Amino acid sequence: MITDAKPIVTARIGVPESWTLRAYLEHGGYDGLRKALTMDRADVTQEVLTANLLGRGGAGFEAGKKWGMLRKAEPVYLVINGDESEPCTFKDHMLLEEDPHEIVEGTLICAYAVGASQAFIFVRGEFALGLERLTAAVNEAYAFGAIGRNILGSDFSVDLVVHPGAGAYICGEETALLESLEGKRGYPRDKPPWFPAVKGLYGAPTVVNNVETMSNLPWIVQNGGAAFAALGIGRSTGTRIFSVSGHVKRPANYEIEMAKTTFRDLLYDPKLGGGIRNDNELKAFVPGGVSAPWFGPDQLDMALDQDAVGKAGSMLGSGSVVAMDDTTCMVRAAWRITRFFHRESCGQCTPCREGGGWLDKVLRRIELGQGRESDLDLLLDVCDNIAPGLSWPPQKTTICVLGPSIPSSIVSGIKMFRDEFLVHIKDGRCPFG
Amino acid sequence: MADPVNITVDGKVLEAKPGEMVIAAAERGGIYIPRFCWHPRMRPVGMCRMCLVEVKGPRGFALMPACYVPVADGQEIVTDSPKVKKAQDGVLEFLLINHPLDCPVCDRGGECPLQDQTFAFGPGESRFVEEKRHWAKPIPINPLVALDRERCIQCSRCTRFADEVAGDAMIDFVGRADQTEVNTFPQRPFTSNFSGNIVQICPVGALTATPYRFRARPWDLDVVESTCTACAVGCRMALQSSSNRLVRHLGVDSEPVNHGWLCDKGRFGYEMVDNPGRLRQPLVRKGGALVESTWNEALDAAAQGLARVRDSAGPGAIAVLGGARLPNEDAYAWAKFAKGVLGTDNVDCQLGDGLPAEVVLGLPRATIDEACGADAVVLLAPDIKDELPVLYLRLREAAVDGNLKLIEISPQGTGLSRHAEVRLQYRPGEAATVIRALAAEQVPADGAGGVSAGDIGAAAEVLGAAGSVVVVLGRPSLAEPADTVADAAGVLAAAMPNATFLPALRRGNVHGALDMGLAPGLLPGRTSLDDGRAWFAEAWGQVPGARGLDAAGILQGAAGNGIQALVLVGADPASDFPDRTLARAAMSGGAFTVVVDLFGGDGAFPDADVIFPVAGYGERPGTTTNLEGRVSRLGQKVTAPGTARPDWMVPAELAFRLGGDLGFSSLDDIAVEIERLAPAHAGLTPQLLSRPGYRDGIVVPIEDLQPTATDRPKEHIEVTANKAHLGQVIPENDPEADAPLAPLAGDPPPAPAAPDRARPPLLRFRPAPPTRPAPPVDAYSLRLVASRPLYDAGALVQRSPSLAGLADGPCLRVNPADLGRLGVASGGRVRVTSSRTSLVLDVAADARVLRGSAVLAFNTIGEGAAELIDLSQPVTDIRIETVGPSGREREA
Amino acid sequence: MARLTAENLQRARQLVALYPHPRSALIPILHIVQEQDGWLTPDGMAHVGELLDIEPAEVYGTASFYDMFFTHPVGRHLVSVCTNLACLLNGGGELLEHAEARLGVAAGGTTADGEFTLEEVECIAFCGAAPCLAVNWRFFGNVSNDDFDQLVDDLAAGRLADEVPPHGTLCRVRRRVGLTAGVPAGPPPADDAKPAQGSAQ
Ligand SMILES: Cc1cc2nc3c(=O)[nH]c(=O)nc-3n(C[C@H](O)[C@H](O)[C@H](O)COP(=O)(O)O)c2cc1C
Ligand code: SF4
Ligand code: FES
Repeated sequence: MITDAKPIVTARIGVPESWTLRAYLEHGGYDGLRKALTMDRADVTQEVLTANLLGRGGAGFEAGKKWGMLRKAEPVYLVINGDESEPCTFKDHMLLEEDPHEIVEGTLICAYAVGASQAFIFVRGEFALGLERLTAAVNEAYAFGAIGRNILGSDFSVDLVVHPGAGAYICGEETALLESLEGKRGYPRDKPPWFPAVKGLYGAPTVVNNVETMSNLPWIVQNGGAAFAALGIGRSTGTRIFSVSGHVKRPANYEIEMAKTTFRDLLYDPKLGGGIRNDNELKAFVPGGVSAPWFGPDQLDMALDQDAVGKAGSMLGSGSVVAMDDTTCMVRAAWRITRFFHRESCGQCTPCREGGGWLDKVLRRIELGQGRESDLDLLLDVCDNIAPGLSWPPQKTTICVLGPSIPSSIVSGIKMFRDEFLVHIKDGRCPFG
Repeated sequence: MADPVNITVDGKVLEAKPGEMVIAAAERGGIYIPRFCWHPRMRPVGMCRMCLVEVKGPRGFALMPACYVPVADGQEIVTDSPKVKKAQDGVLEFLLINHPLDCPVCDRGGECPLQDQTFAFGPGESRFVEEKRHWAKPIPINPLVALDRERCIQCSRCTRFADEVAGDAMIDFVGRADQTEVNTFPQRPFTSNFSGNIVQICPVGALTATPYRFRARPWDLDVVESTCTACAVGCRMALQSSSNRLVRHLGVDSEPVNHGWLCDKGRFGYEMVDNPGRLRQPLVRKGGALVESTWNEALDAAAQGLARVRDSAGPGAIAVLGGARLPNEDAYAWAKFAKGVLGTDNVDCQLGDGLPAEVVLGLPRATIDEACGADAVVLLAPDIKDELPVLYLRLREAAVDGNLKLIEISPQGTGLSRHAEVRLQYRPGEAATVIRALAAEQVPADGAGGVSAGDIGAAAEVLGAAGSVVVVLGRPSLAEPADTVADAAGVLAAAMPNATFLPALRRGNVHGALDMGLAPGLLPGRTSLDDGRAWFAEAWGQVPGARGLDAAGILQGAAGNGIQALVLVGADPASDFPDRTLARAAMSGGAFTVVVDLFGGDGAFPDADVIFPVAGYGERPGTTTNLEGRVSRLGQKVTAPGTARPDWMVPAELAFRLGGDLGFSSLDDIAVEIERLAPAHAGLTPQLLSRPGYRDGIVVPIEDLQPTATDRPKEHIEVTANKAHLGQVIPENDPEADAPLAPLAGDPPPAPAAPDRARPPLLRFRPAPPTRPAPPVDAYSLRLVASRPLYDAGALVQRSPSLAGLADGPCLRVNPADLGRLGVASGGRVRVTSSRTSLVLDVAADARVLRGSAVLAFNTIGEGAAELIDLSQPVTDIRIETVGPSGREREA
Repeated sequence: MARLTAENLQRARQLVALYPHPRSALIPILHIVQEQDGWLTPDGMAHVGELLDIEPAEVYGTASFYDMFFTHPVGRHLVSVCTNLACLLNGGGELLEHAEARLGVAAGGTTADGEFTLEEVECIAFCGAAPCLAVNWRFFGNVSNDDFDQLVDDLAAGRLADEVPPHGTLCRVRRRVGLTAGVPAGPPPADDAKPAQGSAQ
């Protein structure tokens, strides 16, 4: 079911020159910040807690709760994650280009709530236009008095720096992002024992939140956390952007109310995905970024509810749903995803660095017709050595979950399409040509 | 230190230190968790994932890296479950899939943790049928170290060492994922003074030492623990030999000294000992030429020469220079011979490049640990990164990771400058002026010695707030005479009565030689000639009547007619003395010259009359004393070439021939006599030193006797990081070689012998009169700073083929503003003129050089600072003028 | 090759001033080096090391972690074709093959005239318009083979010079302000003070 809930973060998209301060102010821009600055810091956090805003970066952790976990020490840093690199996720890219002021305003509200002394927005380096629009927005916001000293006449002051990345998926992982922001190789940090809220940027307590998470804040402050929580069901509150791609007729970003819409709606509703191209059969779909285990058509009626998807053994993750129709070679799909993880491993952990390459090579062999009977067991056992038990969420032998995400597509592929893998091996070629 | 906590590992309750990692606590409790990236002296990174164990958390047991989980009270850990085994086996298999498995041709084969783990736990058959990763191999990352990237397991030990420990991040990971390699910046080698350490800590054979490559197999190596004498830090090391040749030195982790690290000079300097050019027979001058002879003949010739001078001109016409490279026992033998038998006090183990004995021995001494644990350290010293390399590592660590604040007082930038809280870069020659301003109630408004009042004030503030201060005291520049430093030290000692001092003298056993009395006005055991006169006269029969000459005085005497016989004990004034003009004049002054050295057959001592070949490092036992006053044992592993003998036998034999008797016939006899006579050495018996618990040495005078090595975890003495290949590294001839490290139950460490009332008092520092201030520098001159690189023209470097090439030629470094002002182009050739002479040198702009000064290395290949320095002056001023393009440019 | 020009050095110093620790400016400054020379020259990297007081090996090691940085020369136009899942499903692989044929170089290669470097890349977050590609990180979606040929012609002829700056130029909008939050500004603003261009509309 598609509800008539109004979009929250994409409301201004489509407005002419939506990225300018002028357009932003015409549509209520910076009123949320203005209001927040009249509130107690704790009250701002309380509204976000009431809203039960779940992080939109992939892990789905309650934003307000995260802010409350900060170690009590000075300085506090706020780092916004705009590195969006999870394959087939393209919502933050759009927000950065189309509504950068909303991100800036949300960031300032968050900085105020957590008492940050400086905020950074880490933007994926490849987003050239996004960087230009966001930088222009920050320039405008400084001139407007919304960033810098005595923001909007209050006694709150904070600086905001737009920081370009340089091309490495792993920098989306929050601790790798912090290393990268410190000017180093993007190596995730081992946690436990220390999370960013305790030891983050330069060892100081740090909040890391996703861009879309920030974009929700002006609305929440304006309308109250309760209004946000009234949307959605249970823990999955508010609206959320889903990036729909693959074999659908209308690939695009859609902001819909959480938990009330199903995957079927998302892929087939004429106002959303619009159905599978050429009206082919759906073979499988990725429910939340390529790190997530796949679902089959039998799960189409599951609601877009974080907890329900989790219980079914996958995740909503970064909110990207990729449809694969019956013309898709599942070995090739799994191989392509595995190759991605292989190339994007930061290289620290032995299982991820070496295991990724090994799995890539075995899948390549199978797809190119040189598979062996023993390869499927080998694939599963190598996967098991990266993510023991092959469960979801994964157990890990590694520092971050990039490594343990490698098995997702392989295990899904072998579980759901074992025969297809075997045909590749037996026939010595790919049946899809 | 916080109270220990209890953890349970595999059902066993273990005591652990708060803050330590599970891997370390388990190991002490006897449970060994395999690892590759973890190293006890570096911060954990948890990268290799080999140490995965199950740790119980709120949601049950989970796999975690034991090297990255701090212990917590009540923590439960399982290291032997099937789940742990599968995870560890998995990691091992992952490490091996791209590994070349070329163990038979790998230096590490036989002592390789990866190989060991594979034998112990690994899968038999490889399931990996794909093409392995390939890299060009091996590539040199500097002249001493080769890198094989195919063998590398990306544990980051080497890159972390370079960055975290050495501060020389000239190697790093390059690339990403499974294309990650270790490498340098293109065309810029890993020019670290510490590069050999990365070979030692590499857990596979990816990094190999060029001098050692293919020289030996681990199972053929003999080993003994010893103390490095390449400089005065005295790092503990393991000497390894094969077929009676030294082939490798490895750092041994000594808690109070070197933490397992060595500098490259100490590590590769064994090549000097192994040099085929070593002198094998004594040489005697016959008919104008030095010819090989027998010991008897040579001893007779030397004795006759000395007797002739003594009888004709008196003992005051004889001088003994050197001895700072000898073990303590041999230094004592020379001191007793010179002062007790010959009766001369013209004895100096320093060659004008050190500090007066009263300063070194008379000021309250600090240990390295005390310096690292102090609130502030004042560095009035040369660049210790080059001169006392491992002391640099220790202080750097304390400044970076700890609470130590460094105050650097130096006319030039040093390796520690970037870590200094305050830097007082003074005009050469004006150290004492700056220190007086620092100690003054009120800092002079316009600063002092070229340093601003603000900086001096900042330093004063740090010192004022510091509860404990240690002064690292040495010669910031050899172009400034030692008395300015002595003067400055006196001011510091008076201003900070609780400060202690760590002398920054560099020559191997200079502190042992001073302790043994090899300086004018001094007797063994840190007592003065006057205070010890009665005591030693009784024991030795005689001591000199009055204080003799120091090195400068001796050389002046030899250049004139005052000194007519010169004994050079492992010393070559022509290369070591800062004022080369004077040294040359002395050597060719016609004195009867006896040389005792490792080399000499190749014209190194053209003016010698007799040359005795002696045993070198690793060729004989003994003890040595480091800059803390720590006495530790030397190990013997190979035999000396030809007829070379331990040094002490030369004075013993000469004494006989001169009608005396040193009274000892073995090294142990000397050690016993030192303990009995030397005031500072009371209680230091050979038995005590040979106990395993004192392998790290004992600081004299003995005050608070703590066994140290007992707590040396196995990991620290194992050179290969994982397995106990060298668990047996203990001094040879150790009566208790098989005894456990801890003192036996009911056998407490022997208390120091009760202070002997009759022994003379220890030397006390008395401030010297203020030195003459430096004259103002004129606008056309630059004031010279003489630095001293690690790789110089000295024997240790030049006789070690792998190190010799690392020594640079001289290059004058000048501030770019001065070059501009004087109209000289950087990179060109300049004529450099001092009151002594004129040289043509390369010149380079260097913004770290203070304006108005110029830095030139001392004792480099070819002519350098020593030619220019006039030690009779408080400063050396030079003028420069362009003469042409640089050597490099001419080649291009 | 070149060290930073005086103007770029000035920009680099301004970047350093934006961060609590200088090394944080490393990656932004490397983008400037790449903008200046089209790739990261050894001299450029060494200069950045001097500026941040770190070893050139650290600059190189860090740069080499990131796909956008090139430590060897590349073409004026970096054509990045995505073949990750959404594009794979929509013909990204075929597009890459066509690109290789059209440009006459395999992925990773540079045309002889130094105009084009072709690379296969991971998802560029433009999946709604798969198959897609980027040229110097300016995005082009729903690219057919014909579109590709037209694009190459336009780029070669300089017809897209406004949209697609030369390789290395990332963000053409410069930050206009330094850090101001900690800078005490004159008297504290009066209670009713209106921000600069506040409610102009
Ligand atoms: C391999 C990996 C990649 C990630 N990539 C991104 C990303 O591109 N963008 C993002 O916002 N979060 C990403 N995350 C999640 C972040 O680590 C972090 O949870 C998130 O930025 C927190 O923000 P949120 O709580 O607002 O979601 C990634 C996590 C992992 C393990
Ligand atoms: S799991 Fe992979 S990406 Fe994550 S830290 Fe380890 S090696 Fe890096
Ligand atoms: S991960 Fe613990 S030793 Fe490497």
